[in-house]
Amino acid sequence: MLGRTANGLFWMFRYLERAENTARLLDAGMRMALTRDLVTAEEEWRSVISTAGQRTAYEAKHGTYTGSQVWNFMLRDKANPSSILAMFGLVRQNARLARNAISGELWEAINENWLVIDEQLKKPVAENRVLDTVATIRRAGTLAHGALAGSMLRDEGYHFARAGTFIERADSISRILDIKYYLLLPSLSYVGSSLDTGQWDQVLRSVSGDRAYRWLNAGQIDAKGICEFLILDDRFPRSLAFCYCALRDDLAALARLHGTEGQSNMLMRDADTRLTDLTIEEIFDQGLHEFLVEFTQDNSAIAEAISTDYRFLA
Amino acid sequence: MSGTADFFNEMREPDGSVRDAYSSYCDWYDEQDARLLKRKHREAETNFRKTGITFNVYGEDEAEERLIPFDMVPRIITANEWRKLTKGIEQRVSALNAFMHDLYHRQEIIRAGRLPQRLLRDNAAWLPNMVGFTPPGGVYTHIVGIDLVRTGPDEFFVLEDNARTPSGVSYMLENRETMMAMYPELFMRVPVESVSDYPRRLAKSLAACAPAAAGDRPVVAVLTPGIYNSAYFEHAFLADQMGAELVEGSDLRVVDGRVAMRTTSGYKAVDVIYRRVDDEFLDPLTFNPDSVLGVPGIMDVYRSGGVTIANAPGTGVCDDKAIYSFMPDIVEFYTGEKPLLPNVETWRCADEDSLKYVLDNLEELVVKEVHGSGGYGMLVGPASSKKEIEKFRAKLVENPSNYIAQPTLSLSTCPIYTKKGLAPRHVDLRPYVLVSPDKIDITPGGLTRVALEEGSLVVNSSQGGGTKDTWVLKD
Repeated sequence: MLGRTANGLFWMFRYLERAENTARLLDAGMRMALTRDLVTAEEEWRSVISTAGQRTAYEAKHGTYTGSQVWNFMLRDKANPSSILAMFGLVRQNARLARNAISGELWEAINENWLVIDEQLKKPVAENRVLDTVATIRRAGTLAHGALAGSMLRDEGYHFARAGTFIERADSISRILDIKYYLLLPSLSYVGSSLDTGQWDQVLRSVSGDRAYRWLNAGQIDAKGICEFLILDDRFPRSLAFCYCALRDDLAALARLHGTEGQSNMLMRDADTRLTDLTIEEIFDQGLHEFLVEFTQDNSAIAEAISTDYRFLA
Repeated sequence: MSGTADFFNEMREPDGSVRDAYSSYCDWYDEQDARLLKRKHREAETNFRKTGITFNVYGEDEAEERLIPFDMVPRIITANEWRKLTKGIEQRVSALNAFMHDLYHRQEIIRAGRLPQRLLRDNAAWLPNMVGFTPPGGVYTHIVGIDLVRTGPDEFFVLEDNARTPSGVSYMLENRETMMAMYPELFMRVPVESVSDYPRRLAKSLAACAPAAAGDRPVVAVLTPGIYNSAYFEHAFLADQMGAELVEGSDLRVVDGRVAMRTTSGYKAVDVIYRRVDDEFLDPLTFNPDSVLGVPGIMDVYRSGGVTIANAPGTGVCDDKAIYSFMPDIVEFYTGEKPLLPNVETWRCADEDSLKYVLDNLEELVVKEVHGSGGYGMLVGPASSKKEIEKFRAKLVENPSNYIAQPTLSLSTCPIYTKKGLAPRHVDLRPYVLVSPDKIDITPGGLTRVALEEGSLVVNSSQGGGTKDTWVLKD
């Protein structure tokens, strides 16, 4: 496979994951705003924008936080390079670039949904239409991952697509956790306060983990439990441990296909050990924030190494 | 321009009865529910959008992807008609290839006084770098599109030869896919020759032209200018269907005397490059030094037998319309036979007598630039205003050798589906021809382009033309 094509596949799935993650944040934000009074709602919208990492771009344009401004900014604003519209445009562009490395089913999953999203986001979005787009993005993601699993040859292209997915997902989870880390520190949490459980709920919802968490913890919600769930529980598909389990397999498969291990495999081994050997107590002892910052940096380093190992760029 | 009544109607006899080729189709059509047809007509467009069969249009604010309109009524050719056509096409294409070889070697045709030297001198597509060099297998024109027009039951003419980079074959394939998906029952009733193995034939034909340096399984790659090129969809489609890599100039470089592509495990030699990049951008060291679409040094590798470039650089000479006007002589010179497929009568404005005739009859004629394509820069006399004609006259007088003129052809019509039912529109036909050292392979079918405006003779997609599925019936 061409290095450029591998790069296209990797980024196609990174952007798809990013668009999906933004959609999840927006979904959680919408729900939050509906259950809060107006003053707190403004706080919530600010927090949604921060969590999405779009605060600087947003504040360059808007001085206040209202729901309609926030969702239109996140969905379709031309001033926002990370809008869902921009992300999904990049998904499709990379799919076009890697067109002869992806199955027709996968291409159509992306292209058909692009047509819908492009249409839905032509004009500013009213509150009763926000969730339509969120749903379309999720559907696009589900279809694309289904097509990937059901129709793609298990060659290197498949593993680049998955590597892109899990690198991006891990990056997104660790950033969300880091932005909320002060809420999650056991020492600062006053258990039982309704605001805090609401905030925690919001963290879980941002990664669509509220249901799975409740199921596993029978409704008990506390900071340590949430951190353990999102960092170390490899049963949950949006935990760091799950992402790295998958990433490890894909990088190992790539090394096997190429008959040689690269820098990415070495970095992966180190990073993986940290997730499997540490307990949540140890992570808190060393500092949650420090742990997450280091994780994000290492995650970027793995992405960088994949790009070098497999000659993504000339 | 008047209506389409005076033209050869491919579906119906002058008395209104249905011609043989279309009889099964018409039986089917008459049985269809009008509402269902209307719905299917709309579905076709959605289908093309979903599959992403679009071409890019630039020049406005943002790049836009457009569909080439698809008409659901097939253009049907009988087995017998097709047999005759293929003989003529084969003859013409083999002459074209021999002509290219001669032009870049001894130039016997010029020595024999059958082709004026100045036609080469004035030809921008002529490449001195190709002189004395024979491409692998002796093949110059690996893929040719011969544009045909029909004016009567047995009257087919060649309108243009596309020996440089004929495009549109993806539409031949996707139009058929769409038709089969929409009207499966039609294909159970009417025996139609399949076109779907074109990509396999293309891959085989290209591999048969591999250079000596290639291994047992030649590596074929499609070279595209990139995702912003108007035909990118087709490049990706063909690469995908052939199981070949789709490369850009930046993926390639010369390594150890071979052209190699950057794969995830290092540089790997490419044997055959089906390039969809124009000659002048192929090699910045030889041609346009600013080109980033090509590969520095590829021409050296080519000349030393390390790679096959399809089509060979310099084949654009044949697309020149002044050369076209000599095709009957060219065919005779190299095959020793009379041409089976006639040219459209052509006046070369470079000749004084012809120019005088053309200037006297501008309102009757079609005048084209010799290097033009896509229907641009031409005058369709009968469809032009006095003012347009006078403006064109000035250009023509200024540089006569840049133009040729042809009579306004009575292009045949084939019906299209309209809201008011079937209505005749003018069509042409581009069959696709593959050339390898021991074979000329013509896929039974081709691209039928259709002028969607009533009375219009311009079928180019860039100017509002559409396409149809083209059926060659089995015996």
